[in-house]
Amino acid sequence: MPTATISGVAVDVNDEGFFEQPDQWTEDMARELAAQEGIAELTDKHWQVIRFMRQEFAEKGTGPTVRVLGKTSGVTVKELYELFPKGPAKMAAKIAGIPKPRGCI
Amino acid sequence: MSDRIVILGGGTGGTLTANRLRKALPADAEITVVDENDQHVYQPGLLFVPFGLAHPEDIVRPRGRQLHRGINYHHVGIARVDIDAQEVHLADATVLPYDLLVVATGSRLVPEETEGLLGPGWMERVFTFYDLPGATALAGALARFERGRLVVNVVDMPIKCPVAPLEFCFLADWYFHEVGVRDEVTITYVTPLDAAFTKPTAARTLGGMLEDRNIELVTEFNTGEVDGEGGKLVGYDGREVPFDIAVVIPAHSGAAYVADSPGLGDDLDFVLADEHTLQAHVRPNIFVIGDAASLPVSKAGSVTHFEGEVLVENILRFLRGEPLDAAYDGHANCFIETGFHKAMLIDFNYDQEPVAGHFPGPVGMPLLKESRLNHLGKLMFQWFYWHALLPGRDIPGVGPDMPTAGKDIAPAAQGG
Ligand SMILES: Cc1cc2nc3c(=O)[nH]c(=O)nc-3n(C[C@H](O)[C@H](O)[C@H](O)COP(=O)(O)OP(=O)(O)OC[C@H]3O[C@@H](n4cnc5c(N)ncnc54)[C@H](O)[C@@H]3O)c2cc1C
Repeated sequence: MPTATISGVAVDVNDEGFFEQPDQWTEDMARELAAQEGIAELTDKHWQVIRFMRQEFAEKGTGPTVRVLGKTSGVTVKELYELFPKGPAKMAAKIAGIPKPRGCI
Repeated sequence: MSDRIVILGGGTGGTLTANRLRKALPADAEITVVDENDQHVYQPGLLFVPFGLAHPEDIVRPRGRQLHRGINYHHVGIARVDIDAQEVHLADATVLPYDLLVVATGSRLVPEETEGLLGPGWMERVFTFYDLPGATALAGALARFERGRLVVNVVDMPIKCPVAPLEFCFLADWYFHEVGVRDEVTITYVTPLDAAFTKPTAARTLGGMLEDRNIELVTEFNTGEVDGEGGKLVGYDGREVPFDIAVVIPAHSGAAYVADSPGLGDDLDFVLADEHTLQAHVRPNIFVIGDAASLPVSKAGSVTHFEGEVLVENILRFLRGEPLDAAYDGHANCFIETGFHKAMLIDFNYDQEPVAGHFPGPVGMPLLKESRLNHLGKLMFQWFYWHALLPGRDIPGVGPDMPTAGKDIAPAAQGG
């Protein structure tokens, strides 16, 4: 399994850079991960989504889809795309330090 | 006391479960099926209606007639389930007490969740083939279509039969060839996935087939709006796809009453259940089958069929107070119609993605490869649906577990 060094710490990631172990993640890492994805500054709204993603993962074992995020995170899908332009489900999962959402079959 | 079994939904899963249980249980066990409409649609047939290859009357039968003698049938909507009181409340205020409940209410289309989808142009230049009125209206529109842009769009996953939109593209390619206007028509497949399909090996094969047929593929597109008047899909990321006819597969949800029974469903109202035993998380005396379940499987009739054998075994064990040991392995088996009288077959489960080889054993139908035999298989399936699958007959040689003999499985990938 590949590792990546984020905020000076080696973490386990998959080949697309998604965390394998969510408990290796810290808030500092989120800022660095966001910068890599082209988000200069994480706003309160970003953090709201990031915390929601982590909570969902802890409860359900997979990150939510965009549609479920729009229904349950308190942030509309339109806003989610403004916050995470490259696609909220994947981009927010990456920054939140959770594995790539399984998506649907 | 005799057991009271209530089955919600009289579609594929509800019907086959009721018929199998009727055979297995003593006559004093009460089995009741509830469904809100009396038209049992053979849904795989909906794919063929837009191309004039099937007609509505060929694929619809009365629901009650598919249920064996000794099964009660209520033709009415389900309002809610009181899981503490063990009662189902129906729309006509009837209350059905149960000892064991089977949720088989499938999935429903929610076009209203997509901005503009039901707006101007709906059923004029924006269609779906996922229900009978849509498939029928689309047949008329395709017959008049001589040039322009045909766009096929999956709004969001999960959907029933995730290969059906691809099959629609392949059949459209064939259809416009037959009519002699293929050069005047562009076909574009617009999907929220990052490839033509979810599973990597099949996605590569299917992606190649789109390319060979000159069908454009647009991936990772999350439809924010369907603008029927302006003739374009607008993605949340700002991308636009222009169309003259759009064939849209709306988002799906579980039945609305699921939301009113706390703990029963997930955020999309699909019922949370154990992926092997099919027992609901919320209560041990609730089971789920088919599209209604929140499981990592395709929403497909073949899945429903394989689940059925396991489900019935587990229900019998539950009623006898024994541990549930029948286990569903995620087995799915789908014919993919590819046009020009050919089809492909894929066979997979929770652990094994679809690969090449043969089904159900080394001598059988070719997997992940187009053939005329598979096309005949797909057509025969309708007969099999009404006469074997719904009545609950076993098919010799095809059990619920996915066969590995005959599959080209790399040793390292096996079981992984
Ligand atoms: C276009 C298309 C093509 C397909 N092609 C294939 C294919 O080639 N192969 C394949 O294996 N599968 C295919 N499928 C999928 C297959 O039809 C379904 O997966 C299967 O029918 C699921 O069975 P089910 O019992 O879960 O749901 P359904 O058969 O849909 O039954 C659910 C029932 O519940 C009832 N219901 C829902 N809510 C309520 C309520 N509140 N009150 C009362 N009743 C209610 C409905 O009326 C319905 O009868 C296709 C589906 C479509 C749409």
